[in-house]
Amino acid sequence: MATTRTADMLAGPHRRNWWQGDSFTAYLFILPSGLLIALFLAFPVIYSLWLSLVSWDGMSSRIRFVGLGNYDLLIHSSEFWNSVLVTAYYTFAAVPLRMAVALAFAIFLNQKIRGLGIYRTIYFTPVVTSGIAVSIIFVWIYDPTWGIANWVLSLVHIPPLEWLSSPTEAMPALILMSIWKNMGFDMIIYLAGLQGIPETYYEAARVDGAGPWAMFRRITWPLLAPTTFFILVTGIIGASQVFDQVFVMTNGGPLRTTEVLVFLLYNSAFKFFEMGYASAIAWAIFLIVLTFTILQWKFLPQDVT
Amino acid sequence: MTTTSIAASRSARSLPIKRIIRGAVTHGLLIFGSIFMLIPFAWMLAASVEPENEIFTYPPNFIPGQILLQHWVQAWSLVPFARFFLNSGIMSVTITIGQFITATFAAYAFARLRFPGRDRLFIGFLATLMVPGQVLLIPQFMIIRTFGWLNTYEALIVPGLASAYAVFLLRQFFLNLPAELEDAARIDGCSRLRILWQIVVPLSMPAIITLGIFTFLGSWNAFLWPLIVATGQDMFTVQLGLQMYRSAYSNQWPYIMAAASFITLPVLILFFLGQKHFTQGIALTGLKG
Repeated sequence: MATTRTADMLAGPHRRNWWQGDSFTAYLFILPSGLLIALFLAFPVIYSLWLSLVSWDGMSSRIRFVGLGNYDLLIHSSEFWNSVLVTAYYTFAAVPLRMAVALAFAIFLNQKIRGLGIYRTIYFTPVVTSGIAVSIIFVWIYDPTWGIANWVLSLVHIPPLEWLSSPTEAMPALILMSIWKNMGFDMIIYLAGLQGIPETYYEAARVDGAGPWAMFRRITWPLLAPTTFFILVTGIIGASQVFDQVFVMTNGGPLRTTEVLVFLLYNSAFKFFEMGYASAIAWAIFLIVLTFTILQWKFLPQDVT
Repeated sequence: MTTTSIAASRSARSLPIKRIIRGAVTHGLLIFGSIFMLIPFAWMLAASVEPENEIFTYPPNFIPGQILLQHWVQAWSLVPFARFFLNSGIMSVTITIGQFITATFAAYAFARLRFPGRDRLFIGFLATLMVPGQVLLIPQFMIIRTFGWLNTYEALIVPGLASAYAVFLLRQFFLNLPAELEDAARIDGCSRLRILWQIVVPLSMPAIITLGIFTFLGSWNAFLWPLIVATGQDMFTVQLGLQMYRSAYSNQWPYIMAAASFITLPVLILFFLGQKHFTQGIALTGLKG
């Protein structure tokens, strides 16, 4: 059936049946993806929109239409705004810090040094490792008594911290881990960006007597701007959906200081069974992500690669 | 901070002694960074094989005095990790192969065939990329439940079988392939199906391998979706198993580290063997981890 004979170039139009044309083949080829995407990606968007307008525990047959009630509840709830702030804290601290570290290492790696492949592999290792395993290892690392985090601090004469059990230190601990875990990814992209800068620019600058800092400021940084922008936006989109680490390491605590939006959504939907309210949270997340996606699409096409 | 200059080290006019110092500083910093990247893994492995009295010591002990495998053996048998590995394997392999097949067909149609509504359909595919997975979580859960698929392989696998991102990626790659080969095959009477699988797919292997690796990795490391649909232990993936193990034996660090070790090692070995495809693939495919 799928072997539609399309020797139509030789056969001529009069020999073609409807199932032999390119159109039919094309629809057939798209059908499997199309159906799955329609069912599991497109339809859920509409479904979710409807869910956000009702009050429902997700199980009983009692579904009550509440209009914009869930959204009203949301913008007047302190837990929601707490989550927005917590997510923003995580995102806007973790992403730029990670990028700065990544750029520094990418510049070091771009010096035609030996062992580039080995370094690249090592720095990328945490990226491919399971977030759950990494989170569990870091719970152990952040252990106030036996963990190596406090031991490292003691080497530079800093008194021990409480880490995950302290309301002020839990979020920085999560951020620190996310830098360690994801830095390699940004670094690889920066490295590709750096390799795209023509060597002649630096040679010309050197002839004019430019120092390393001037070359970085006037050549590297401006020419990397599209790469930086790309990493920043994709990083923000990714970080605003953080969940695994929070679930494993802090469970949103202590005192809700790490209760990010997706964690709030998960709890509302699958712990308290408030499907409508949780769907409203989902749309709030969507709005945030959409803003940054549009930003990316608006500024990206100019030239990134 | 002269070392930060990218090009300076390449200057032929530099004095050799200066170059050597610069090289030493660069490598020094890179090695220092490498230690930071690897210490958590070393710490995990050490804690998984050390006897208990060596784990709870201060300062921490990275080199085990003796290597014990008992934590590994016990962690493996206390909860059915073999079953979790089987589940994760079935899920990840099926999703990877399934996505490859569905995406290849659709991508080829969008790249090479002309048909009414093509551009509109393609934009429809792309539009789904904008929607973050979390928005879909609740409705997807409802759909799976309506199908009666909760706690089955179907629930773990079917929603992942098609990906608009994979379609987009492969389409871009197909568009850049020279069309002459395909035209020649068509004149020889080759069907679209044969052209796709015997010419286009072999030519696209670099993109397909990279895509496959990241799809596999994404499924293997997935957590939130299995957490919601795998309601019973028999359908747990390794990630769920690890998390469950850790909450059940909260302070048994040697055992937890052993479990974390045997869950991360297969992926790490795969990564070290095929690291080229990972790191070069990102640049090739234009990202997304």
